[in-house]
Amino acid sequence: MRRLFSDTLVVTERNLIRLPRAPELLLAFTLQPIMFVLLFRYVFGGAIRVPGGSYAEYLIPGIIVQNIAFGGFVTALGLNEDMQKGIIDRFRSLPMSRAAVLAGRTSADIVTNALSMTILVVTGLIIGFSFQTGVLHVLIGLVLALTFGYAFSWVFAFLGLLVKSPEAANSVGFLAVFPLTFISSAFVPGQSLPTPLRQFSDVNPFTIIVNELRWLWTGQPSPDQLWQAFAWVAFILLVFSPLAVRRYRRAASR
Amino acid sequence: MRHSGGVRARIEGQGSGGSETTVNAAAAISARGISKSFGDVRALRGVDLDVRQGTVLGLLGPNGAGKTTLVRILATLLAPDAGSASVAGLDVVADQNRLRERIGLAGQYAAVDENLTGLENLTMVGRLYGFRRAVAKRRGRELLEQFDLVEAASRPVKTYSGGMRRRLDLAAALVAKPPVLFLDEPTTGLDPRSRLDLWDVIEKLVSQGTTVLLTTQYLDEADRLADRIAVIDHGSVIAEGTPDELKDRVGGERLEVHLEDASQATAAAQALATMSDEQPLLSEALIRIGVKGRSGAIIEAVRRLDGAGVGVDDIALRRPTLDDVFLALTGHAAEDGDQA
Repeated sequence: MRRLFSDTLVVTERNLIRLPRAPELLLAFTLQPIMFVLLFRYVFGGAIRVPGGSYAEYLIPGIIVQNIAFGGFVTALGLNEDMQKGIIDRFRSLPMSRAAVLAGRTSADIVTNALSMTILVVTGLIIGFSFQTGVLHVLIGLVLALTFGYAFSWVFAFLGLLVKSPEAANSVGFLAVFPLTFISSAFVPGQSLPTPLRQFSDVNPFTIIVNELRWLWTGQPSPDQLWQAFAWVAFILLVFSPLAVRRYRRAASR
Repeated sequence: MRHSGGVRARIEGQGSGGSETTVNAAAAISARGISKSFGDVRALRGVDLDVRQGTVLGLLGPNGAGKTTLVRILATLLAPDAGSASVAGLDVVADQNRLRERIGLAGQYAAVDENLTGLENLTMVGRLYGFRRAVAKRRGRELLEQFDLVEAASRPVKTYSGGMRRRLDLAAALVAKPPVLFLDEPTTGLDPRSRLDLWDVIEKLVSQGTTVLLTTQYLDEADRLADRIAVIDHGSVIAEGTPDELKDRVGGERLEVHLEDASQATAAAQALATMSDEQPLLSEALIRIGVKGRSGAIIEAVRRLDGAGVGVDDIALRRPTLDDVFLALTGHAAEDGDQA
């Protein structure tokens, strides 16, 4: 157990050192979210009617959840690349904790997710977003967003180990997450959607997470589903982490 | 008890003494009846192998022969379907975790992180062996010095040349000073200069007592480095011996004759036939024939071909290649055995 912890730290550190040296990835964490915020706030925002407060207040929690869910794609890319390039073999020939390879990869995502969340919040504050609740609620919101992102890193870990190339990992991840985020309450209220889409949006975990984050940060009325939001996080984690571990064992022993 | 030859690999099914079914604990690497299949492909079919401590065994064979699979099993990356093996006295399945502290693995693709520097790579590996950060760093510096990479220590590996990467990969395998080293095609794709450098490094390690199992497609590499060579084809060891023993079986130097006109091939083969006890090998305008230790072979061949009225484009003596080993040992060319 001590080994798992220290090895996970080493692998996390390795993944974080890499990051600034792959500038194209760093752009995905920094400039891309800002671009999305500006796009929605100033291009689409004017045409979207939301209940209560301003669109900036509506938008920021939604875009943070979308962004943090996508954050795991670095895990998919990273694991896939490590697999192709034989680094996984290096790890497996070492007397280290096996679980640390995946745990270190997904843990690094927490750091990058926190980074892009900070950027989004700051951008939000500039364009008219503000926290309307107490410190405790804001902190619970941060925890919710980061744990949700961490759970999604395991989804991406599974995808990254499933597909043959980093490019495929990218597009499969995109296909999986894009509809989930857009057919939810992240950017537009569910009531504005056609019935089948609204039904999907209502049960979409993204809707639940976004609504709760909105409620925690802006106090906007939302059905009290906080436990459901965390239950979804736990569910995704419990389903996809064993899947990813199993897939890792299989893929690595060839 | 040591085997007189130090290294032994037998043809499958040949002999079955009682002592052959258990691994040889005195050997640094010992395998008995190792088999492994991937779906329908039988990658290994009962491989036996012993490597005495402090020696080099060269595992020679074409792509897809099963070399890499065998190395992956011995290095604990893969579990065998059948058979047993021990490395450094530890079972490759039951004692995996302890064994990993005692082996180093360097592959044909350099398994180092391109976005980390040389020092960062080695420090990471050291820490994953359980060293403290400072100790891992010191060991990393030591290895960079040993492998002539000091100047590149703080550059990301993606700026390294192929030879530098390969040296770093080997350095990473040596972080914990393992007594047993697995090198999977260590020089494939390297330029001749880097190849020679790497050979020097490997020789030095062996002189310090490291046991090495080396896979290669190149006879000259096995020739230079290996104390003994095992030839593997279709997942079985088909021959084993010292490099000299194998070369004798291959039949020494070979004469290659390129004809001006492929239609004269049969006439040419007839003219050359009595120069060797082997049948000449024809492929279109190219004739190959073994001329074991025969001096003046070129002059005699030219004289004979001239006498038979055969026009010659080019004629040369060539050292035996892996193709020749395969031809002599299996009766088929190396490419025929290529499945993966």
